[in-house]
Amino acid sequence: MTILYWLPEIEDWRGRLRGLGNNPETAWDEALALANSRLDFIRTNALDQMISKIFGDAPPKNLSTKPIRLALLGSGTMAHLRSAIRIAGLRRGLWISIYENDYGQYWQELTDPGSGLHEFKPNVVLFALDPHHLAAGLGAGLGRAEAEHGFAELRDRLQECWRLAREAFHCPVIHQVPLPLHPTLLGNNEHRLPGSRQGLITRLNHALRELADAEGVDLLAIDARAAIDGLKAWHDPALWHRAKQEISPAAAPMYGELVARLLAAKQGRSAKCLVLDLDNTLWGGVVGDDGLEGLVIGQGSALGEAFVAFQEYARELARRGVILAVCSKNDEANAVEPFDKHPEMVLKRHDIASFVANWNDKASNLRAITDELNIGIDSLVFVDDNPFERALIRRELPMVAVPEVGDDPATFAQTLADAGYFEALAVTEEDRARGEQYQGNRQRERLKASTTDLDSYLRSLEMELIWRRFDKVGLQRTVQLINKTNQFNLTTRRYTEEDVLAVMEDSRAFGLQLRLVDRFGDNGIIAIVIGKMNGTEDLAIDTWLMSCRVLGRQVEPTTLNLIAETAKRLGARRLIGEYLPTKKNGMVKDHYAKLGFTVAETGEDGSSRAVLDLPTFAPASTFITVTET
Amino acid sequence: MSEAEIYAELGEIFRDVFLTDDIELRPELSAKDVPGWDSFKQIDIILAVEEKYRIKLNTRELDSLQNVGDLVRVITAKTGG
Repeated sequence: MTILYWLPEIEDWRGRLRGLGNNPETAWDEALALANSRLDFIRTNALDQMISKIFGDAPPKNLSTKPIRLALLGSGTMAHLRSAIRIAGLRRGLWISIYENDYGQYWQELTDPGSGLHEFKPNVVLFALDPHHLAAGLGAGLGRAEAEHGFAELRDRLQECWRLAREAFHCPVIHQVPLPLHPTLLGNNEHRLPGSRQGLITRLNHALRELADAEGVDLLAIDARAAIDGLKAWHDPALWHRAKQEISPAAAPMYGELVARLLAAKQGRSAKCLVLDLDNTLWGGVVGDDGLEGLVIGQGSALGEAFVAFQEYARELARRGVILAVCSKNDEANAVEPFDKHPEMVLKRHDIASFVANWNDKASNLRAITDELNIGIDSLVFVDDNPFERALIRRELPMVAVPEVGDDPATFAQTLADAGYFEALAVTEEDRARGEQYQGNRQRERLKASTTDLDSYLRSLEMELIWRRFDKVGLQRTVQLINKTNQFNLTTRRYTEEDVLAVMEDSRAFGLQLRLVDRFGDNGIIAIVIGKMNGTEDLAIDTWLMSCRVLGRQVEPTTLNLIAETAKRLGARRLIGEYLPTKKNGMVKDHYAKLGFTVAETGEDGSSRAVLDLPTFAPASTFITVTET
Repeated sequence: MSEAEIYAELGEIFRDVFLTDDIELRPELSAKDVPGWDSFKQIDIILAVEEKYRIKLNTRELDSLQNVGDLVRVITAKTGG
């Protein structure tokens, strides 16, 4: 079972596919809509063929994501996976160009600087080495010592692959976990046969988790996926013999999904917020009609337990950084009551960062939720048991992910997991604390409502901006912010860990991470600045991004004071601020002008370059204390 | 299921696989007659057929397929028609 069942079927698929090229203006959005339907491998291939016809090899103009150049390096046949990877990327607004090594030649191409691979200059490398290739040389006749030797050699070889790719391309590396597809020789206790190929792959797959983490390599866990779908859905020995396909073409759309989720997560494009309907989604029954006592939730019935299990899953997601919100057609008092009073409820009112219950249409309410939380509308996943509401949101807000959850709560959690909306590569301390941060935000809002003038409100917050240079401890969070911040982001330059490390080593550049603490709590790292000397007098602000959570709190001028000071220490006499427009960062268009820069140039595309003279710059006075740690 | 029905349904599969409406399925039609019908497209067609009719073609059956007529015969036999 490798169907993308959480995506909706759409009507007139063939007609829409054939008409895709008719209007070049809307072709990309229409392609995105088609990609977000329940595609099997045939339709996936057909859509990709159409896209190639319309767009050729180059990404469409005004693409709001960083084009991906993926090198697919493997030992078997991979051509049938290309379309699936590209279409799963398209589903997330990503353009992916793919290079594939000549059959079996991955090692030669890696080590030969004149190869097509080096010419391609990938910005992501995916190793897809098949289990037959990896286990070659092993067999049941081997003793323990020989088998151990073989295993150690294999580990070394994989590490060497990763090292070569890193050195050559300075880019992220992904490694596909091989499928344990060899038939067993002993059976249940296969691990007792040292030379067993099946045993070797199983053992390697355990070891890979640790090995990859140690090397900073991300895994493509098709083994875990095959354990859910069934190995036979992923691998067909007859196709291996016929065409050397480790992965069956029928499973290609799911394979592409797994790859694209990783690539999207790397660009910070995973969903951030789970929006939940209430009646018959979080509990059985309609609270407005059935009352608190009439709700089906909790022990005692299979249905009640299923709702509890789904709530538990949502709470687990929240604990690792996913924001929870509620969007319900209800009177607010009725909607809140179970959270406060029903003893079987797993989710409590304080688990929900934004709670919207009224009789407005749900599209408006989803917008209200994104406004309150300061997140993009495309970072929402909306779960509702009602097909009408799902269809409405898909029509009104196509950028919101709306899974086909069906009406059995027992399947909700697995459906969300299968859809992979919240793919994450690491969990930072900020992620864990996120729920509390949004809690603190609400307390701040309440104080603001009770304080009439802004100055006394800001003073009462007792804000402290704590900053430090980029360091290895904060590296993951820095890269995460650089890649996922879309709105308050002056240049939207996306950087990898390697890029950030390069800034740390550059004596004519600086990278600052800023944390904001106030009386309601720690907001975590909320801003990133990268400055680079350009010549002897100019310091270019290469990157300035900030979390929208802290807008309107004087963080911007306080940050500028810090940038000016740091720039002066490098000998700069001018700050150069650059604005590069994207679909999402219109809010910072006049950022530099507002801070007292002089706009020197404005481009036709809306970009601008602004200058600030440092010797005459007078730091703004704000209610924020600045501390270095 | 009649052969005519199978031809009609196969036609849909071929149109999706080759992204064209210009394919007229005849029993003697084979890979050499259709641009782009290579060994990988052949696998795509077979997998789509297997999914559609909930059947499984074994390696010998696959190797014996020479043209569309052979494919229809296998489908008919396997679906009990």
